[in-house]
Amino acid sequence: MLGFFLRRAGLVVPTFLGITLLVFSLIHLIPGNAVEALSGERGMDPARYARLMNEFGLDQPLYQQYLQYLWKIMQGDLGRSIITHEPVLGEFLSLFPATLELSCCAMLLALILGLPAGVLAALKRNTLLDYSVMGVSLTGYSMPIFWWALLLILLFSVTLGWTPVSGRIDILFDLPPITGLMLIDSLLSGESGAFKSALSHLILPTIALGTIPLAVIARMTRSAMLEVLREDYVRTARAKGLSRLRVIGIHALRNALIPVITVIGLQVGTLLAGAILTETIFSWPGVGKWLVEAIHRRDYPVVQGGILLTASIVILVNLGVDILYGIINPRIRRSS
Amino acid sequence: MKRQAIQVLFTSLLAILGTSADEALAAKTLVFCSEGSPEGFNPQFFSTGTTNDASSVPIYNRLVEFASGTTNVVPALAESWQESADGLSYTFKLRKGVKFHSNVKFTPTRDFNADDVLFSYYRMADPGHPFHKVTPGQTFAYFEDMGMDKIVDKLEKVDDYTVRFKLKHPEAPFIANLGMDFASILSAEYADKMKSTGTPEVIDREPIGTGAFQFASYQKDAIIRYKAFDAYWNGRPKIDNLVYAITPDAAVRYAKLKAGECHVMAFPKPADIALMKTDPAITLLSQEGLNVGYIAFNVEKKPFDDKRVRQALNMAVDKENILKAVYQGAGQAALNPIPPTLWSYNKKIKDYPYDLAKAKDLMAKAGYKDGIEVDLWYLPVTRPYNPDGKRMAELIQADWAKIGVKAKLVTFEWGEYRKRSKGGEQQSMMFGWSGDNGDPDNFFIPLLGCEAVKGGGNVSRWCNKAFEDLVQKAKTATKQAERAKYYEKAQEIVKEEAPWVPIAHSVRFTPVRKEVIGFKMDPTAHHYFSKVDLSK
Repeated sequence: MLGFFLRRAGLVVPTFLGITLLVFSLIHLIPGNAVEALSGERGMDPARYARLMNEFGLDQPLYQQYLQYLWKIMQGDLGRSIITHEPVLGEFLSLFPATLELSCCAMLLALILGLPAGVLAALKRNTLLDYSVMGVSLTGYSMPIFWWALLLILLFSVTLGWTPVSGRIDILFDLPPITGLMLIDSLLSGESGAFKSALSHLILPTIALGTIPLAVIARMTRSAMLEVLREDYVRTARAKGLSRLRVIGIHALRNALIPVITVIGLQVGTLLAGAILTETIFSWPGVGKWLVEAIHRRDYPVVQGGILLTASIVILVNLGVDILYGIINPRIRRSS
Repeated sequence: MKRQAIQVLFTSLLAILGTSADEALAAKTLVFCSEGSPEGFNPQFFSTGTTNDASSVPIYNRLVEFASGTTNVVPALAESWQESADGLSYTFKLRKGVKFHSNVKFTPTRDFNADDVLFSYYRMADPGHPFHKVTPGQTFAYFEDMGMDKIVDKLEKVDDYTVRFKLKHPEAPFIANLGMDFASILSAEYADKMKSTGTPEVIDREPIGTGAFQFASYQKDAIIRYKAFDAYWNGRPKIDNLVYAITPDAAVRYAKLKAGECHVMAFPKPADIALMKTDPAITLLSQEGLNVGYIAFNVEKKPFDDKRVRQALNMAVDKENILKAVYQGAGQAALNPIPPTLWSYNKKIKDYPYDLAKAKDLMAKAGYKDGIEVDLWYLPVTRPYNPDGKRMAELIQADWAKIGVKAKLVTFEWGEYRKRSKGGEQQSMMFGWSGDNGDPDNFFIPLLGCEAVKGGGNVSRWCNKAFEDLVQKAKTATKQAERAKYYEKAQEIVKEEAPWVPIAHSVRFTPVRKEVIGFKMDPTAHHYFSKVDLSK
């Protein structure tokens, strides 16, 4: 088991290095001048230019610049934002809880609805129910988040007035951030109505962000279930008199979940990418919105650091999924 | 199935939640849906409208300010001022009894006085000042861009309530400069206090000013809170709380406005304007912007070295059509380089008529009877003065084709566009300008002055001796009436010489909810709430 773990973890290193290389190259690939991009200043006099060049280490050979960049990353130094002059890592950490909260809720929604929907569709194969689940999930999968989110707002917030349009909590509540997770902070604050307000603000972004993973999980569960249901051991289990529920719940679903878990891991990437759009629309102060603003403002240190950190999270989550996969399925563990 | 599930989820959640929270919105809390996070809270560092809206406007005052809704300079922290006959010295009488805000770290022990003016000025002007570099990496860019160090020789304290600026040379726009955001007055006492506790940079993060609203709290990318300042020298605001809900997407801002989650919204999308006009809950305010969009001819290149060609192409542009198709009615045709809201606008000037026959005739006289090919650069981005550069370019291309001028449309990435135009690579190009201090000088010098040919802001690279003399004279003359005469004359020269096709001054819109009372739009695009009230 340890060997398996180490092999998997070992694979992460080259991936991570690849990302650092990409992010590092970014500053040299964008049009214009690297010193200007990193400092945000234009039309500097030659003395200042030379000083900044030296400060950023841009006067050294490329490989040395890269090694220095790696060294700084190892120490947790991702540079400072050109605009706010705050350390990039600090900004990321203060905003990440908001993204985490939203992403977790979206994933939860996708699992709670997606898994049963997929199972049901597989069991009722080629019925109206199956076609509806598949049709709706295909629609959900193809829907641009931006448009879908606006539709949700127009219907539920503007026309029906059921949910707030945007933000994390009603402006009446001025809660000090404790965990950064609004649901928890609002409970801890003890103010009545705060939790309700936080929850109602979460509904629409969760739906907008959870729709694509929900569709993917439903479709994946369905096809995995169909495959498993055709297996001999399922027929055998039924033949020896086990109840239908038990066969599906214990024998079929557990095996069908193996590919589904991989897909769930991959959906983390989708979630973080989707968070960029969702957060922008719902004015959700998270990492996605932060990245978008950084791009608008040509705040390259933030763009670099933000990409590196989000990519690292995706890698780590997938590593976790791989390991989980190995725990569930001993064959993987031994063969790899 | 999924839809059903969502509905079930909704109904169950709503059952738990009960009614929504907006009914609890306090009566006198005004919510402004702003478009982005401010870069910081010290207006000395920054120049974007978003930051000014969040810092200089609610929190601070300047010695002089612009009267609400206009660009006329009026007294603020200075009660009055006097300039010497030679225009080299300005003496300001400061207002007495002006209080500064307080916060958990600081309670002022004295009123505003000359020390605060000197502190605020020298912090920017003197590189050796103890507060010049306390916030790492921030520079006083706008102060430097305005050339204040080249204008002002020194600032003296005459007594506690009198200060005197000595200038290096007469500079009429100087007073207007002091009304700009970067010239906000900070508290010297607060700075001293924070320095003594070893945290001088706090003054830039937790601002203390004399303005109508006190800073309360800020959560990046989410919300800024202000409280009405009870002791505000110009009368306590009528609302108790001011909240900026930071909402970057224009469609969402509009949805929030409709749902009553905010009262005033910044920067509506042009496409939403028509709908907003018919919305019963919303009043749509509009104002001609302090801006101009234009096509500039590079007079250093053929065929635009010939005045007749420039005039002919002026006559061949159907401005009314552009106003309809590009500005969708939210603009007015431009005749002059400055908009009609600015003083010294020359109303007597007649625009070149849209006259193809005459234009063809002029082209023939200039020796281009058989037509000609030119490059036309168009804007790659939406700007306040031009909502759609490409569409405008296509219309102009079609117009010019009618007199045998074949325009090739060219564009670059925005940064590249500006860089190349500074080098003078363009033959003709689309450009524009938004003014920010309400002085005509702020248009003529950077856009058409001879110095700006070198600097690159003058993209028609047109340097006319007679024009330059007039705008320089206007700069040093001290009486506004006299200055206006020079500028009016200068506009005649621009019209005759035709270095541009001035296209339009765009109209800006601000939608506000019906319960908002007394909100006025501001020509420099700031949002002021100190005189605003809410009904109900």
